[in-house]
Amino acid sequence: MATPSIATERRSPRTNPSTWSAALNGIVTLWYRDVLHFARDRTRIIGSFAQPILFLFIFGTGLSASIGPLGGGAAGQEGVSYVQFIFPGIIAMAVLFTAVFSGIAIVWDREFGFLKEVLVAPLPRWAIAVGKALGGATTAMVQGILMLIFAPFVGVSLSLGHVAALIPVMFITAFALSSLGLLIAVSMKSMEGFQLIMNFLMMPLFFLSGALFPLQNLPGWLTAFTRINPVSYGVDAIRHLVLGAGSLPAEQLGLTVFGVHMTPLLDMVVVLAFGMIMIALAVRRFSAQE
Amino acid sequence: MAEEIIRVDQLVKRYGDFTAVDGISFSVNEGELFGFLGPNGAGKSTTIGVLCTLLRPSGGHVVINGHDVVADPAGVRRSIGIIFQDSSLDNDLTAMENLAFHARIYNLPRGSWEPQAERLLRMVDLWERRDDLVKTFSGGMKRRLEIARGLLHQPHVLFLDEPTIGLDPQTRQHIWNYLEQLRTETRITLFLTTHYMDEAERCDRIAIIDHGKIVALDTPDRLKAMVGGDVITLKTPDNDAAAREITAGFGLEPIVLDGVLRLEVPEGESFIPRLVQGLSVPIQTISLHRPSLDDVFVRLTGRAIRDEEVTGMDRMRAMMRMRQRR
Repeated sequence: MATPSIATERRSPRTNPSTWSAALNGIVTLWYRDVLHFARDRTRIIGSFAQPILFLFIFGTGLSASIGPLGGGAAGQEGVSYVQFIFPGIIAMAVLFTAVFSGIAIVWDREFGFLKEVLVAPLPRWAIAVGKALGGATTAMVQGILMLIFAPFVGVSLSLGHVAALIPVMFITAFALSSLGLLIAVSMKSMEGFQLIMNFLMMPLFFLSGALFPLQNLPGWLTAFTRINPVSYGVDAIRHLVLGAGSLPAEQLGLTVFGVHMTPLLDMVVVLAFGMIMIALAVRRFSAQE
Repeated sequence: MAEEIIRVDQLVKRYGDFTAVDGISFSVNEGELFGFLGPNGAGKSTTIGVLCTLLRPSGGHVVINGHDVVADPAGVRRSIGIIFQDSSLDNDLTAMENLAFHARIYNLPRGSWEPQAERLLRMVDLWERRDDLVKTFSGGMKRRLEIARGLLHQPHVLFLDEPTIGLDPQTRQHIWNYLEQLRTETRITLFLTTHYMDEAERCDRIAIIDHGKIVALDTPDRLKAMVGGDVITLKTPDNDAAAREITAGFGLEPIVLDGVLRLEVPEGESFIPRLVQGLSVPIQTISLHRPSLDDVFVRLTGRAIRDEEVTGMDRMRAMMRMRQRR
């Protein structure tokens, strides 16, 4: 059996020498891999509903019983129930955790798995970081959109237009947070620091984001912490769009910074700026060869 | 004659105050099966890291297939394929998807790599399993798939870092059959690290690194010839006392390793009776053999080639491998 030559006669490699095309190809491929993983992992998708359901229906319903409607009143407008109030926060929680973890996961990948294969490929390092951030952003966004199926159960009605507006909002938020995850990952030597990050970064980001309580009339120190938390702006934008749909008083529950009422657009400017800084730092750290 | 495909010139790699690789130089010829041996922590992994462009050298030069690892890492990366010690396959993708992924990140033109993928999968007997998820594969199958993947972009040099570690003897034999086939059909250069003596014996040349320096570089036969004559190993209840007596009585320098005394003598057969008579410490076992690469290794590094302390990371690796194999 005449097997044709498996390696090659001596010649320059056939790979396209254009760095840009290689980088673009790499970004798309790494993104696609994350999406493929997500689509195949049904148990992960189902499992990811567990925590939001607990928060929404047990924590939320429980507190609603003793907390009256939030907002409203002023122009005879009805307020929102506590469950309705935290619904956007829980969507943001799903985005936050999925996005940051997808970034951090490369620590594991780097030591034991797949990342090595990528690191020795003729790809610029920045393309690997950007591809991973986009992949994490996409899966986190999808996760956030999946949360919208709870809307009817908490009495929130959504229009198609609002859902369409939520997609870029969630994507930008998820991109910023998965870039944060990547930055953490490149600074971590092993998974040992994981608990530390969970307790001292993720939980504070979540609790200080306005996901669970309105960010008004807070003590000064808490006001300061919530305003420097980038997640607050993601939560605010999602809340505007989710609760704004049914003439709910999102305005009164919205985020104000130095007296300025944030709009979803302004929120996204803040989140995007944060995301750009994160990805730039992550790329820089990632490219620094040992 | 043979062309140089890897050239390492005065390579230095420092981590802070610690010098992991201390000015080593060697070159590998095209088509060679080159063995790179050394105890853990000797600088072996660091050297490979530099050669594969994962680590930046602190000094010296490394040129692979005409590309400098610092000036043109992408050129080096296109020229080499790597089989890592730990599986770097994506277990949640199929065999073919893993190859497709590789083709894309190496920017291989669409349509050009598919026939190559089929040839390679047939070579490693995985063509029938191409659409199965990698997580259903055995350890040996994964290794074979990694070899196929490492060759997909037609590298000039294939790095094999402990390619058969943890595999059963039959699977190891299979893998070597593929590698030998590859060598007869192509001019590919293989750069091998191993802990198995029989694999080291297959090499055209072997470099032994210890404490960041190359302590020997030659063909297996010539390396073995360095250990003049025969090797005698004996076990006694008090090896240290026996060693002192041997040094005093025969002027030899035995090495005590793993509860066994080793000594090198020119004429083993006639030396054993003299040794038995001349030693007051009782001998439990005694044996004589022609020098093996293991003896060369012991002589040069003071350690047996398999005598490696298990580090936390190794344990973790072993665990991961178990988990991946289910």
